[in-house]
This record gives sequence, structure tokens and C-alpha cells, in this order.
Amino acid sequence: MAEETAIDDPMPTGPAQLVLDSASDGAIGVAQPSSIAAIAAAETVPPEITPLRAFWSAFSENRGAVLGLMVVIFIAVLAIFAPLIAPHAPAEQFRQFVRQPPVWAGGTWAFPFGTDALGRDVLSRLIYGARISLGIGLSVMLVSVALGIVLGLAAAFMRGIVEVVVMRIMDLVVAIPSLVLAILVVAVLGPSLLNTIVAVTVVYLPRYVRLVRAAAIAELSKEYVVAAQVAGVGKIRLMFVTVLPNCLAPLIVQAALGISDAILEAAALGFLGLGAQPPTPEWGAMLADSREFIRSAPWIVTLPGLAILVTVVAINLMGDGLRDALDPKLRRS
Amino acid sequence: MLRFFFRRVALTLPTFVALMFVTFVAVRLVPGDPIEARTGERGIAPERLAMLRHELGLDRPVWQQFLDYANGLLHGDFGVSIVTKTPVLHEFLVLFPATLELSICALIFAVVLGVPAGVLAAVKRGSVFDHTVMTAALAGYSMPIFWWGLLLIMFMSEYLGLTPVSGRMDLINYYFEPVTGFMLIDSLLSDQEGAFGAAVAHLILPSIVLGTIPLAVIARMTRSSMLEVLGEDYVRTARAKGLSPLRVVGLHALRNALIPVVTVIGLQTGTLLAGAVLTETIFAWPGVGKWLIESIARRDYPALQGGIMLISAIVILVNLIVDLLYVAINPRIRHG
Amino acid sequence: MSVITTKVALAAAMLTAFAAPAFAAKTLVYCSEGSPENFTPALNTTGTSFDAARPVYNQLVEFERGSTKVVPGLAESWTVSDDGKEITFKLRKGVKFHSGVNGFTPTRDFNADDVIFTFDRMWKPDNPYHKVTGGAYDYFNDMGMPDLLASIDKIDDHTVKFTLKEPNAPMLANLAMDFATVHSKEYADFLLKKGAPEQFDQIPVGTGPFSFVAYQKDAVIRYKANPAYFEGKPALDNLVYAITPDPTARYAKLKKGECHVMIAPNPADIAGMKTDPAVNLLSQPGLNIAYWAFNVEKPPFDKKEVRQAFNMAIDKAAIIKDVYQGAGQGAINPIPPTIWSYNKDVKDYPYDPEKAKKMLADAGVKTPLDIDLWWMPVQRPYNPNAKRIAEMMQSDLAKLGVNAKLVSYEWGEYRKRMQEGEHMTGQLGWTGDNGDPDNFFFLLGCPAARKGGQNLAKWCNKDFDALIEKAKTISDTAERTKLYEQAQVIVKEDAPWFTIAHSVVYEPTRKEVVDYKVSPFGRHEFYGVDLK
Repeated sequence: MAEETAIDDPMPTGPAQLVLDSASDGAIGVAQPSSIAAIAAAETVPPEITPLRAFWSAFSENRGAVLGLMVVIFIAVLAIFAPLIAPHAPAEQFRQFVRQPPVWAGGTWAFPFGTDALGRDVLSRLIYGARISLGIGLSVMLVSVALGIVLGLAAAFMRGIVEVVVMRIMDLVVAIPSLVLAILVVAVLGPSLLNTIVAVTVVYLPRYVRLVRAAAIAELSKEYVVAAQVAGVGKIRLMFVTVLPNCLAPLIVQAALGISDAILEAAALGFLGLGAQPPTPEWGAMLADSREFIRSAPWIVTLPGLAILVTVVAINLMGDGLRDALDPKLRRS
Repeated sequence: MLRFFFRRVALTLPTFVALMFVTFVAVRLVPGDPIEARTGERGIAPERLAMLRHELGLDRPVWQQFLDYANGLLHGDFGVSIVTKTPVLHEFLVLFPATLELSICALIFAVVLGVPAGVLAAVKRGSVFDHTVMTAALAGYSMPIFWWGLLLIMFMSEYLGLTPVSGRMDLINYYFEPVTGFMLIDSLLSDQEGAFGAAVAHLILPSIVLGTIPLAVIARMTRSSMLEVLGEDYVRTARAKGLSPLRVVGLHALRNALIPVVTVIGLQTGTLLAGAVLTETIFAWPGVGKWLIESIARRDYPALQGGIMLISAIVILVNLIVDLLYVAINPRIRHG
Repeated sequence: MSVITTKVALAAAMLTAFAAPAFAAKTLVYCSEGSPENFTPALNTTGTSFDAARPVYNQLVEFERGSTKVVPGLAESWTVSDDGKEITFKLRKGVKFHSGVNGFTPTRDFNADDVIFTFDRMWKPDNPYHKVTGGAYDYFNDMGMPDLLASIDKIDDHTVKFTLKEPNAPMLANLAMDFATVHSKEYADFLLKKGAPEQFDQIPVGTGPFSFVAYQKDAVIRYKANPAYFEGKPALDNLVYAITPDPTARYAKLKKGECHVMIAPNPADIAGMKTDPAVNLLSQPGLNIAYWAFNVEKPPFDKKEVRQAFNMAIDKAAIIKDVYQGAGQGAINPIPPTIWSYNKDVKDYPYDPEKAKKMLADAGVKTPLDIDLWWMPVQRPYNPNAKRIAEMMQSDLAKLGVNAKLVSYEWGEYRKRMQEGEHMTGQLGWTGDNGDPDNFFFLLGCPAARKGGQNLAKWCNKDFDALIEKAKTISDTAERTKLYEQAQVIVKEDAPWFTIAHSVVYEPTRKEVVDYKVSPFGRHEFYGVDLK
């Protein structure tokens, strides 16, 4: 919450400051060309290697971020190779082994994390669940970023009525408490995995739009943009090729943190029974399904919650690191 | 300043109108029917369904229903709940104090813990304390609060037996009529010994659960804002002059560092109200969040429309106030 | 500073836990599951709303607490005419109405005018209260009262005569249902004069053992003992409903003594409750059935053999064990064993996936076969978790090469679409209202098999239908029993349903609660209950 509001407030901070501080941290992905020549250079010979390496050296300084990245990679590997890694199929019911405790609580190695109310292997469901949760997080992020860029740039470039309409709609979305809005969207569309993604996207879209718009407006007043305009660069090209790359740093940070928010929101929907439908092993839905066992078989409830927590913490750690590395203004925090 | 004020206020008006329209339409797009939703296995004969729909005015063209609704709103009439047949505004006013009380307590919990923790972490930057606070804040920020609430109930209420499980009051030993709707105040007014303690005890767990995310946000924000201020020239100067560190931090740095924190606190309203939906569901807290969820399930159009309108209006108003406050504190913006 | 706050708070919590003030008054707290819609049962359809009104009211005749037996209530006695068309009630004398919390004070005792008013409100559109609070009298209409009633007449102040258009055996049991709750005409007139008729349904005034004190939505309902109750003052001084929607929280409250009686425990917690020293776990077989209907209008379910094969394909014992977790018994017939005329000789289909597979093949069904399997999105008294049952069925069916797609809709929509016959197979159930077998068998009758009707198998068997139609018109129980027994044999053989279970209603109470009885109807009643 803190991040996007800081950027959205009327004070022209954020991206504008990037340049001022970047000297202290060495060159970073945010190039700040100050003449047309520089733009041309940037377009023909993209300075890829140095910024990337610089970014990595800044990122890897932060041990928490690296740890987060490692956990995220680990979970991503689990998700991608779920069929190879998971000991059982996620929906297979072992009727003789219903509600088996995990191995540390007297269970067997056949079901290391125990089984759920229907005798399904909890570990396998968690592994497959990683696909769902990461999938939701990524899809929401990609769609919101894409829409956010289009709407945000449109608002920044066209100003006038377009800006008013877009920004008022975003105000509207923000005014309704996020979960209530998400629930309303799901209620309209019907509960399913896809609609969960739609609902969460709707809820989180405003922060991307506002961010892109604010960053783009800040860029628009800069010399290089004016110069490009004077040189006759087309509007679309100006929007996406000239201005956009210079707004990317805060957007990337927001996108990374947005994944974790989306995962949490989707899990909350799942918890209220409005998310993925059975037998999809979505973590929030797993938790909601097994809520009644919190006393008699606590592992079925605790483990999905823990999975959500670990994943979200890891992504947030990584996001923090990204922000520190990309956005020296906030570096010290 | 005044111009800015009027501009901001004027900008919220179209938002309200759009909000009214959007809630009205969205609520009607939800499949299902408020009458069908309450009939259960028994079902309802088509003739009776038609009759009841007619009585509720649900068979009229949607635009006509909308005009009626808008007209009612202009006169402060939010309609009548289809399920309970009581006015929506009345229901909201009965339930909202519970939500407000919980939100305020959660916010107090978050501020009282979050600001000192953030300041200390900034002052002792890099220390074990700093790392602990930041790790805890990260975990808090990432917490699925519905899960957190369940765990806390199991541990604090059932295992340790320290706090009540759910609800707002000890119903066996105390009874008093609600006067203000705020249990803390009502329990004091009631003059019953122990009632206030019971009210506080019932607030502890829900406040912790609802306050977790704001706590994390505030602690992080305070820390980073404090670090920024501590790096400023005037603070360095003050230090160089040999002022005691306590004085530097307390007097010079904190005041300036808190400006953005205040904004963040104000902007937590939306987060709090969204979190209230989950917290109220878990703790059987009779507030508006739970009411909205139930209204969706029952297809109670008037309650749903009115509830979303009212809650959103509060969020918009609070954000407006925060904006204005921010401008008042921070004169730089006026020139911006 | 923050540490101190927490400590103070904790201390306060401990204080309330250990040093609760001593109270002479006996207060029983019942953890209920939701808020009532209002306090007039005639307007409502949910058990939650009925339970909230019940302490305040009486009916002419009532169900004995903890059974389905009809006993005198506000009517001392009644006589049925020889042709069965006239029922004459002798009303109890000296019955006092409560004083309302809104300033109403009764000036007269209960009499025939109150009975007439009660039924006129539901029946006569010209009654001034007919339209108040929405005026949807679902039960009155569903039980066919408008078609059945010819007139209700006041013979004298304490005699009322119901005249029916045709004899109807279940009529008395119907009048014991909540919708027939008797209201005060004087109170109604009082509010009409005051210009606030809507208060009638929000602030209840009745003759019951407890009078209404206060209601705070989603939080609490309070009642106090009615010292003038006609069967004697209740043993409890105060009755409190603590509205607690989550069953886990309800049990936690019960354990901590925050409530004494709770509704609907998690099946998962029942094993723990049995060994909990603080808890007395009461149970009673529920008057209900959960079933899985095969839509006979959709191939391949038009074939009897296919339906039989599906009956053999599902591991019912596993469902009882893992979903009902002991709080249910496998169902064989479409009526629960607690209802008279239950046929003990009917045998259930065995669980035999191999044979089922063969029968499917013999019936010419090609696998993989795609079907849909509907599950309702809500917990019902007869079915704690339709979703979990659906998942188990899905897994069992997969072994036969049947791919079941799980389908669900919002609850009202779900039932409507099923009644329209959109499903291939789907779960639903039924809870009995009055203990009469016809209240269950009509679910499989031909009239209900029409589009939009309640027969979800859309199954119309002429032999079966003839039997139940005949049984309805006879008043002799032994004769009716024979007909119903035959009907059950037909149902099993023709297999329009997979009968899932009859749930067992469990109600945990604290050890200090004395003489609480579980109702087969799922009612909650607190007159006659005491605290040690």
C-alpha cells in the first residue's frame, strides 16, 4: 500500500528522482538520455549488458532478496515439474488413508504431509497448488501490467476527457473495498479460476494505471521527450518506445509485489468459497475446505496457509530487493 | 488551498454518481433472484414468484428501477432490505459502529506498535532488532489474515484460554442496551463491574488480526521515512552540535518523519474495511463486512447496493480528508 | 508503552475469565448459526428464523418437545367430524400475552379472535396486515392451505371451527408447524393505531414461555422468562441466542462456557465431543434424506440398468464415514427409518464396481461416458458437504470410465435449474415438516415430475404414483403403511435416486444443562430446560 500511494500522490517524486541518485549506485537500468542523439543511440545499441550486471550486483547485495529469489525459483520449479515431483496425483483419493497425519506427527513416508478429508496427499496437492497460485499471481500481474500501461499512457498522453474518464473509473474501483469488489465480480461472473483472475485484476488495475500515468507525466515534461516530439516522432512511438522504457523501473517493482498481493487476494476468495472449484488444489480453497478440521486434523488447515505465507513472503522479499536495486530513491529503506 | 479543496470535492461527485450506477447494475447482473434464493428445497410456484417479484418491483424495467433508486438516494432513502424488510440505512447504522470500533482498535494497535518499532529499527539500523522488526513486518505484510485469525483463535482462546472466542461481549454475565453502538463506551455507560474489561477482552484478537497488515505497513513506512530524515543535513547538524541522540530523534527527526506515516495511516481505511470482511467472518463480529457478504449470498439487492455505496462513500471521504490534511501539512504541494 | 497495553488487556481478559461476577439468575446461552429474518414464522422459511420466534409463541397444537407427536397447545382439545371436514378446537382459558418492549400492555386474555386474526393475515388479502413485511406466506401456501380451507369460524370466545374442502389426514400436524403460530390481535390493532405495523414482525408479542427483550442483528437475541406462562414459569430466568455462524467457533465457545447449547457441530469435531468431559453430546436421527437424482429424461439414465449400475458404483460406506463422519446413516429408502411405514425388508444395492461396469457395458453404454454431477453450494441439515460427496462420487465413477463434471450454481439458481431438469445427475435432499410419509413420497410422484416440479429424477412410475395417491386419501394408518411399503420396493428396483444418507442431528450441550431434548425436526426449544 505504501509504495503505490507514495507514487500516486501529487508530489512529483518517484521516477523524477531516479537520475539524481543514480550516481551513487552506479548506472542502473534507467537510462536518462538528455538529447535526441542519446535516444537514437539507446535505440540502436541497447546498453543491455552493463545495466543488467549492475542490477544484479545491486540485487545480490541484499541477502534477503536473494533468499526470496531462491525460494521463488524453488516454488516455480515445483510448479512447473509438479507431475514429476509430486508423489501422487492431486485428485487421487486413498480411501484407506483418510486424514493421515504428516510424517512428523506419526504418519508414514507414503504421505509425508499427511492426507486430507478425502485421503488425497496433501504434499502433492500443495505442489500442484503452487501452479494455481503462481499462475493466478502471474496472470493477474501480466494482464494488469499490460492494461495498466495502455490505460496509463493513454491518460498521460491524451489528457482531457480520456484522462478524466480513465482516472475517475480507477477512483471508483479504489473506493470500493478490494475484497468486496472482488466478491461482487465473482458473484456476477460465477466462481471459477478464470473469474478469480478477472476479479483480482479488476481490483489491482488502478495502482498500475495510476503509476504508469504519474511516471509518464513526469517524463513528458523532460527535455528528451520534448526534443523527440520536435523531431517528429509519432505519438504511438513516443508513448511506447520513448517514454515507456523510462517508466519501467517502478512498474517492475510494483508488478513483483503485485504478484504476491494477487495470490493473497485469490486465496481470500478461495477461502470464502468463491475461488477455484473442486477438485482444483488451490491453496485458499484447500484451506476453506478443511477449515472444519482445524481441531481434529490441524495439518490439513495449517499447511496450505503456510504455503501461502511462505510464497508471499518470498515474493515480497524479492520485490523489496528489486525495488532497492532499481529505485535508489527508496534504497535506504 | 481553498481552490484545491473545491477541486477535490468536485472531483468526488462524479465518482459518487458512477458508483451509484455501477453498484446498481453489478448487483443486478449477479445471477439468481432474491426470492428464489430464500426458498430452499421447497421451491416456489411460478405464479407466486411472479407475484412476489411484482410486489418488490423487480418486474419493472431496469431503468425505471434505477430512476426510483436514484430518486430515493437523493432523499436519503436507501431502500428496504428484501430479506429482513428493514430499511438498509437502519441496518447499516446498527452494524457500522461494530466495524468502526474494530477498525479503530486495529489501527491503534498498529500505530502503537508500528511507529515505535519503525523508529527504533531506523535508529538502530542494521542491528538484530532492526532485522527482527523488518522480518516480522514482512511476514505481517504477507499474512493471509483469514488463516492467521483461525490460528490465533485456536492458540489464544482454546489452547491458552486467554481471550474469548468470538462475539463482542460476555453474554452470560452482562446485559445492557446499546446506546452508542460502541461496546467500549456502552460498557462504561452501563456501570456494570467488569463489563468494560469484557469488551476489551473481546476486541483483542480481532484487532490483532485486522491490525496485522497495517502494523507491518506502518512499521516499514516509519522506518524508511525515519531513515530518510536521519540522513538529512539538519539532523546531521543537530547531531554534530552534540545534541543528545534522544533529542535529535524525538524532537527533530520524528516530527518530520511522521508526515508520510500519517498519510499512510489515513490510506489504510480501505485496507481495513476490506480486511474487516474476513475478520468479521472469522470472529462472528456483527459488522458491515459480514453483512455485505451475506447480502451477496442472499441476493439482497437493496442491502448490497446501499452497503457498497455507504462503505465506498466513507472510503472516498476519508481519502479526501487525508488529501486535504496532507496539503495542509505539506505546503510544497500547493505550488506543485 | 505497547507492552503495557497488551498486559492490561490480557489481565482484563483473565479477569473476566476467572472472576466473573456471581449471578443468581439462570441464563442459558444458545449458540445459533445466524440472524433471523424477522420474528413472525409465517413469513419465514428457515429454521434459524423459526428458532428465534419459538420461545415467544405457541400454536393451537404443538409437537411434543423432542418428538413428532402432536399434543395440545393453545387448544386444550379438539374434535374431528365424521366426514373429516370439520375440526373444532376448544381454546385454553386464562392465557396471557406478554407486554411488548415497545409499550404494548395486553388488556385481555387470549381468545378466538387471535386465532382468526392469525390465519386471516396469511389467507385474506383484505386483512390490514396481509401486506406488512412483504407478505409472502410461503409455508401457508406450500402446505396447500388456501385450497384446503373453506372457512375458519369463531363459535364462541373459546371455540374455533376449521372447515376443510376435503378431508386431510396431515392437517393437525400442519397446524403444529411454526407458520401456524398464534399472534395477538390486540397487539396488531395497537400497532395499527400507532401507525407502526411493521413493528409487529420485529418486536414479537406472544403467549410463549419466554418474552422478547432485545435483538441486535448478527450479534444477540435476548428473552426473559414469562412468569405467567400457562404451563408454569420456565426454570431459566434468561435465554440468550449468541449468533455465531462458524461451527468451529461455536464449539470453542461451548468449551469455554461462553454458551451452553450449540447448533450443528462440525462432523469432524464429533469424535472429540464424545470424549470432552465438559460436553454432553445428544443425538437424534434426523427426519431427512439426502439423495442423488438421475434425470431419467437424459440418456443413458432413461435405462433402469444404468441407474442400478450407478447405484452399485458408489462407495456409500465411505461417504458416511468420511463426509458424515458418523453423523449419518446410509439411506436405503426415500424416507427415514424414524417415520412410520418405513420398509425394513428393502435391501440396498451392494457396492460392486466390477458388476456396475459390466451392467453399464450390457446396457450398451460406451465408455468413457461424460456426465455432469451437480452439487449444492450450501450446507444442508441432511448433507454436511455436498461438494466433498461429489468429489468422492467423481472418483468412484472414474473407475467405471465415467467422467463426471462437477457443476454448481448459486443456491436458488441451483434448485431452480434442477427443477427445470437441466442436470443429468444431481444432489439434493429433503427435511420433513410434519412427520407424515406423504411429506417425503410426493418428491417422487408424477405430478412433481413436470418441468419445474420437485421430482428431480423427472421419474414418473404409474404403479408407484397410484400407490401414494391412494394412501393420501385413507386415514387408516395400517392400510397406508402397506401401500407405502410397496411403494418403497418399486423405488429401490427402479432406482431413480441413489439414496445417500439420513443425517443424525447432533447437539452438544454443556454438562450443566439439564433436560435438553433434540428435536427430529431440528427445532431448538428451551422451555423445560434447566441449568445445574
